[in-house]
Amino acid sequence: MSLESAVTNPDVGRAAAAKPVAARIGARKLRAKLRAVLLAAIVPIGLLLLWDVMVRWTGTRLIPSPWGVALMMWDFAFGGIYDDAYSGSLPIHFWKSVQRVYGGFFLAALAGIPLGLMLGRIPLLRAMLDPTLSLLRPIPVTAWLPLSMIFFGLGPKSAVFLVFLGAFYPILLNTVFGVKSVDVRLFEAAGMLGCSGPQLFRAVVLPASLPSIFNGLRLGASFAWILIVVGEMTGVPEGLGAVIMDGRTLSRTDLVITGMIIIGVTGFVSDRLLVLLSNHFLRWSPQHHA
Amino acid sequence: MPDPSVVRETAPVILQVIGLNKVYEASNGPVEALRSVDLTVRKGEFICLLGASGCGKSTLLRIIAGFEQATQGEVAVYGRDVKGPGPDRGMVFQDYALFPWLTVRDNIGFGPSHRRVAPSEVAKLTDRFMAMVGLTAFADRYPHQLSGGMKQRVAIARVLANDADILLMDEPFGALDALTRSALQEELIEIWRTTKLTVIFVTHSVEEAVLLADRVVVMSSSPGRIDRQAEINLPRPRDVASAEFNALRREITQQLTSHVGGRRLVTATADS
Repeated sequence: MSLESAVTNPDVGRAAAAKPVAARIGARKLRAKLRAVLLAAIVPIGLLLLWDVMVRWTGTRLIPSPWGVALMMWDFAFGGIYDDAYSGSLPIHFWKSVQRVYGGFFLAALAGIPLGLMLGRIPLLRAMLDPTLSLLRPIPVTAWLPLSMIFFGLGPKSAVFLVFLGAFYPILLNTVFGVKSVDVRLFEAAGMLGCSGPQLFRAVVLPASLPSIFNGLRLGASFAWILIVVGEMTGVPEGLGAVIMDGRTLSRTDLVITGMIIIGVTGFVSDRLLVLLSNHFLRWSPQHHA
Repeated sequence: MPDPSVVRETAPVILQVIGLNKVYEASNGPVEALRSVDLTVRKGEFICLLGASGCGKSTLLRIIAGFEQATQGEVAVYGRDVKGPGPDRGMVFQDYALFPWLTVRDNIGFGPSHRRVAPSEVAKLTDRFMAMVGLTAFADRYPHQLSGGMKQRVAIARVLANDADILLMDEPFGALDALTRSALQEELIEIWRTTKLTVIFVTHSVEEAVLLADRVVVMSSSPGRIDRQAEINLPRPRDVASAEFNALRREITQQLTSHVGGRRLVTATADS
């Protein structure tokens, strides 16, 4: 009612109707959010039910029920149920993995973004580096594992290196793509305003390719979480990858699944953080909002 | 007010184009975009380059701007050869070319802030030209939140704030609706009068050219060249409904269509 009066009789209705209209819009937004959450929850809940039914139906002892995994998760996080070597050890494993993932990821961004900006803009550099980079790119990162163990020894450095390699290429390639697709007009506009040479990088190239760079960062971050498991499978005592590997050798499937779920959730949260950052930096570009 | 034609003859020459040729290498052989173009522009003049599409008027403007190189000939501003784009020649593009990641304020301040002008001075300049184009209330908007007419106002203010000597405009109002276009034409004349800028304005509309220009440079195509130059001595503000205005418009239109028509005849015979 108040919405209608505000529309049909703006002058009289506006002041009086402002509050109820705002409240109504707020309620509508809340309802839309709730709906989105419910819709998103249908499939995971269905999968949990299916999992539970299948475990009961087949009577397998190789795979624990969701409830078993939930217990394991609780024990892993807070202890007090099994009281074994893994009880309450989540924080330390989680922290080690997060450090390595973001260490490798930031190194990749630090190398990939400037290099990508230059590769996109400087044809000479592209002619020199592009063939080599294209040759190295198809080699699966996991194939670097033996070499990285020789380079960096058994231990966390090797894991960070793999994460770096995995995140580097998507960040680099997306940055180059972003730079190459900058509208030529913007360079002309900057030129006629007296901005040229190295100034262009900060003033035009970087901001104009930011949407692509953020795409690269999101891809890179997801590769980083994939590769941390591989990186921590060899010779690292702590970390979520190491936990999963231990779970495998000890036939503790509940531990394996716990590790998988924690990595999945953390990867999801870290992607949402990147999306928040991206939405903030790309607030000028509504079509890039996720 | 002094007679405009007297001002024109006594004002210093700001831009000189001599013997300009431009040949593009296309896949089916070279295309002659401009042939022996000569043009002299005096300080404070409002020039319209008028012609059908393909007559090389935009190419000429882009060579003056320094975005493209001439095959032959020279372009000089105050006697100095043009070697590339520079802040003495500001361009207003048809598609605006605003920096989408900058607000209205920062777009207008872009030039000065990249020439190491003190931030307080940049703010003063920005405020002044934002007010001149009537966008003060939209200072913190991003380009995607503006209408076409507002975007073009920002583009004009951006060049003004950069203290350009020559304002180059490449069909700047071509993408706007008729009402917005006519409002902007009026504002542009007002800005030109207050800033005493030199304007070179590319258009394919005879009416727009006669409305705005001191001098209309009529161009024709294949190869692109200057046909004739017509002084428009109508007093401002000009009345598009007046007899004198329409006589001039008719005269220039006839000249334009005789060329376009002639060319069409030639291609028709070639086809048959």
